[in-house]
Amino acid sequence: MSEANQHVSPGQRAWQRFQKNRPAVCAAWFLGFLLVAIVAWPVILKTSGAAFAQLHDPDRLSDAQFVPPGAQHWFGTDLHGRDLFSRVLFGAQISLLVGVVGAGVSLVIGVLWGAVAGYFGGRVDAILMRVVDVLYSLPSVIFVIVLITTLGGMLKQSPLVHNSPALAGGLRVTLLFVGLGAVSWLTMARIVRGQVLSLRTRAFVEASRALGGGPVRILAWHIIPNIFGVVITYLALTMPAIILYESFLSYLGLGVQAPMASWGTLISDGVANINPIRIYWWLIAFPGGVLVATLLALNFLGDGLRDAWDVRGRN
Amino acid sequence: MYFLRRLIFAVPLLLVISALAFALVHLAPGGPFDRERAPASPEIERNLKAAYHLDEPLWKQYFRYFGLVWEKDADGRWQHASASFDISYKYRNQRVSDIIAQALPVSMTLGGLSFCLAMAVGLPLGFVTAARRGRWEDYAGSFLSVLAVCVPSFVVAPLLILVFAIKWHWLPVALWESPMHAILPVTALGLFFAGKVARLMREGMLNAMQSEFVTAARAKGLGESTLLLKHAVRTAVLPVVSYSGPMLADLLTGSFVIENIFQIPGIGVFFINSSLNADYMMTIDLALLYAVLLIVLNLIVDFSYTLLDPRVKYE
Repeated sequence: MSEANQHVSPGQRAWQRFQKNRPAVCAAWFLGFLLVAIVAWPVILKTSGAAFAQLHDPDRLSDAQFVPPGAQHWFGTDLHGRDLFSRVLFGAQISLLVGVVGAGVSLVIGVLWGAVAGYFGGRVDAILMRVVDVLYSLPSVIFVIVLITTLGGMLKQSPLVHNSPALAGGLRVTLLFVGLGAVSWLTMARIVRGQVLSLRTRAFVEASRALGGGPVRILAWHIIPNIFGVVITYLALTMPAIILYESFLSYLGLGVQAPMASWGTLISDGVANINPIRIYWWLIAFPGGVLVATLLALNFLGDGLRDAWDVRGRN
Repeated sequence: MYFLRRLIFAVPLLLVISALAFALVHLAPGGPFDRERAPASPEIERNLKAAYHLDEPLWKQYFRYFGLVWEKDADGRWQHASASFDISYKYRNQRVSDIIAQALPVSMTLGGLSFCLAMAVGLPLGFVTAARRGRWEDYAGSFLSVLAVCVPSFVVAPLLILVFAIKWHWLPVALWESPMHAILPVTALGLFFAGKVARLMREGMLNAMQSEFVTAARAKGLGESTLLLKHAVRTAVLPVVSYSGPMLADLLTGSFVIENIFQIPGIGVFFINSSLNADYMMTIDLALLYAVLLIVLNLIVDFSYTLLDPRVKYE
């Protein structure tokens, strides 16, 4: 038993613990299926017959307005007779992409900021962390909204995108990525700083320094690989926050713009069609349900990863 | 002393925010009068701009914002020019301060009530799930709190409207008139935070229950309920208290969506419209207002933290 344990790396041990966590494993499977569906659905539309593709084209307007969910339209259709199932899957591309890229941006900024603050300590640390404290206490949504309206307005005016709406949309989404990532790195920076602070006094760091390793080398080769688990865990918890953020902005009409769709804009369309005479519940329930399920899965995954890496163990 | 220092530090911070907001809103192409009824002649536009001093260099406009401009009048005497921060280009017969005076109490009530709801639901839920750890109450309660964190307010709100207002006619659909009108928006806004508070509280309780002073008290023969209610709770609420700063920030900005859905005449609607319509002064005013609110609320939170936890001393 003890001999077997000696050959198990911390990563493998974490993996074993993760596999025992049923909700987290289910969440991982769900996310896997969702990804496959998102990737496969456009291919299915391309390869299947023209009638099927036309029926499910997310952008094709038709006379079949507000058809309830049924055999033909699994999630029903919207105001313009577009197939909601397709729209949800195509909207997922944007929503998930924003989550992944935004989390990536926050990862880069947060890790660099926290690592520098933790490694150099002293005055550098005090200043960098003071900035984080200040930014924490400011309403980042306000900043993002002003930034997006300003830069979005500049985009509209620039001649570059005048004759290419697709490019304009793409640039706008890029703007969202950067803006959301830029306001979501604070907690990451704090966590990384705390880890680096405790790692930099370890013997292996001392050894590297004694061998003449500079700060860049030590950080990149010795410290950052050691905080990988924590960072990945927190990344999984940042993604739902950013997806939520994006759908919030898109809901307010500040995020993704019309020909493109994200879960936020789909829900917003659904809310716009609320009226006392007829209830089109599927317009809110399906995009909302998929969004909620995804956020739940990401949260369970994040919690599972945290428990797996957390050696102290709460049990 | 510490709090006084922080209060003083807030002044340069607010100046930086105002400068940043000023630069950002003016960077956006187009002006506040671009969306006027179309055939405004260039002359009219020029006069409008002159009347609002939009033709001046930016630095001068910035000083004018604070009322720091003196000008020569027709007789060659220096006269103090009135400050421009109170001007809205869109609501021309109202001052921004009047609008704030009308809308802020509404937003504050909405936010305050949601805060109370979050605490009233979240704290007991977190307590019970921790106290009944590993039993069905724990699993049910924990799942509910994760669910609450994953269901965005703009999904909850329309569903609540569909069910309680449209289907069963129990509550009004929208607007902000009687206490009955407050129930749905407050629930929709507060639910997310209730989940968050419950999760933090559970974590805090679990940590407290493992700490030595609780073990000591238990060894002395204290009953389990006194132990939890009187001793463990006091340290368990600390994470909740430190979260309530960012939480208030999110409540204030989270109400944008709720105000939008329920047609509540709060600050959020004005902020979004002003930033979309290039209503420069109003955007800056409201951004500053949010910043001031947050700085003050964070101070209060940190101060109450010192009251609750004597170990924490700010120097």
